[in-house]
Amino acid sequence: MSSGIAGASLQDRKTGQRSSGTDGGAPTKRTPAGAGRRSRRFRREDLIKLGFVLPAALYIVLFFGYPVVKNVTMSFQEYTTKTFFTGEAPWVGFANYVTVFSSQLFTPALLNTALFTIGSIAGQFVIGLALAVFFKRRFPLSSFLRAMLLLPWLLPLIVSSATWRSILDQDSGVLNAALGSIGLSGVPWLTSPSVALFAVVLVNIWIGIPFNVTILYGGLQDIPDELYEAGALDGATGWKAFRHITWPNLRPVVSVVLVLGVVYTIKVLDIILGLTNGGPANATQTLAVRSYQESFVNFEFGVGAAFSNILIVISLLFAIVYLRVNRRAVDE
Amino acid sequence: MTTTSIVTGGRQTRRFAPVGPRRHRGDRRHLGYTVVGVIILAIMLFPVYWMVNASLQPSGNTLTGDFFPVNPSFAGYEKAIADQGGHLVTSLVISLGTVVLSLAIAAPAAYALAQFRFRWISIALLVILIAQMIPGIVIANALYSAYNDLGLLNSIPGLILADASHAIPFAILILRASMQTIPPSIVEAARVDGAGHVRAFVSIVLPVSRNVLITAGLFAFLFSWSDFLFALTLTTTEDVRPVTLGIYQYLGSQVSNWSAVMATAVLSSLPAILLLVIAQRFIAAGATGGAVK
Repeated sequence: MSSGIAGASLQDRKTGQRSSGTDGGAPTKRTPAGAGRRSRRFRREDLIKLGFVLPAALYIVLFFGYPVVKNVTMSFQEYTTKTFFTGEAPWVGFANYVTVFSSQLFTPALLNTALFTIGSIAGQFVIGLALAVFFKRRFPLSSFLRAMLLLPWLLPLIVSSATWRSILDQDSGVLNAALGSIGLSGVPWLTSPSVALFAVVLVNIWIGIPFNVTILYGGLQDIPDELYEAGALDGATGWKAFRHITWPNLRPVVSVVLVLGVVYTIKVLDIILGLTNGGPANATQTLAVRSYQESFVNFEFGVGAAFSNILIVISLLFAIVYLRVNRRAVDE
Repeated sequence: MTTTSIVTGGRQTRRFAPVGPRRHRGDRRHLGYTVVGVIILAIMLFPVYWMVNASLQPSGNTLTGDFFPVNPSFAGYEKAIADQGGHLVTSLVISLGTVVLSLAIAAPAAYALAQFRFRWISIALLVILIAQMIPGIVIANALYSAYNDLGLLNSIPGLILADASHAIPFAILILRASMQTIPPSIVEAARVDGAGHVRAFVSIVLPVSRNVLITAGLFAFLFSWSDFLFALTLTTTEDVRPVTLGIYQYLGSQVSNWSAVMATAVLSSLPAILLLVIAQRFIAAGATGGAVK
């Protein structure tokens, strides 16, 4: 279990393929022998086996499948508070999507989503990789320190938001106090439209570093030491070793981290709601925030669903990239 | 960050130097790494320290506290417990419920995906991976109207069911990864002795998988404890209010009392902090075993 998510899922794919291979063979062998009593026993056993997966299958259909389908249908309906009283949700075709795309907030929200995602991932990845490389070295307390580094990731997001709101407070936050003490003027981190998104990205980088360190550290552990020993003989040490040994061998894990990072960052909601609620002056509106506010603040569930469907499509695109990257990683 | 990269650059040079002479010089250098590591950790965990520090400052609407809680005041905690004590209990009940439900659903499925030879295993795994990527707001949008019809809004079972969506795909994936390593022979031995699949699962697979079950359970607890989205969207009254929503309410209305906000934040962080200290082994296993949130 040293290999991190990437390793784990790579293994899944490998064994998944392998076992499906044996599956292909098993039934053909079984069928000719399966006559009379034996086949009935097999059927009963198959039912019991299915019983193991049934609750999970049911849950996934109800809590993941149904919501996706429901979002698609809702996005073509006028689904508002009224619907909950009358039960009526008239079909309106693409009207909700027209509302979404012609909304003044659509372009800013899309742009903010992109900036938030790219900024967060770039920061998390670069710092995460640096820390992973640092912690690869075994030294006293290294595994303890690395474990403690997980804390920001395990805290409830709303707790992190509250804490950072106090740190970033314009008048009495410790960050501006620190800036003041070295003669710089305070920054209105969360109250100025021009820096709010930057501040939110900063907080999200802090939250995402542990995840990146963990996965990248797992990837580094899987690079055989012999490669470095051989490289050292050829004079590849320090930066050269990183450039020619670490990076190429880490590439598959890097792709997985980045793609997963995108999928998990574009849907971030808690942090933004906790820090800025989409403000000031809509400076931190993203697609996820729009979807939430349309549905649960304006009670325009149809429009909210249209926003979240855009989110699903983007996630799905990256999910496909993820699966392809993952498969390629297996092939290599 | 620059210091880190400089250090790492140097570190690698040394790392690949011949083993002999390195041993002697090593100790002091290793301590140097420890010092750098502690500094990195201190920077990363500064916000957590600041949360604790701010929670111990005297009540007030400003944050101009000292760098250390020289005269710690527990007024923030008194207010936090008076306001949010009930919400903490609600969160605890929901989180424990999520642990039970998630493990009950995920463990048998994980075993089946690990050991039974279904033909559609790769498809099932794909579905689980994709399920994990579905944005929470999508689920909330749809569940709100369904819950409204079923009377599950503002209910603890409703939140447990929804929160399990944070935990179940993850639990299936890490449980399966671990259950794949169980040698089929020990299960088969039991089956030869006449135990059915269910008996074999309960009396052999579950005990053997104790550690990974603990890991999956701890993460189910933390995911549910941290849930904010479902608390926000699937409750409309004060009847059932997890503490995450309590903090959000504090932030919205009443940042006039920072020490109470931060005291609530500290209390809500306790599970994560405690588990990281006492159950580090299990948390680390989960984090490296496929933890993606």
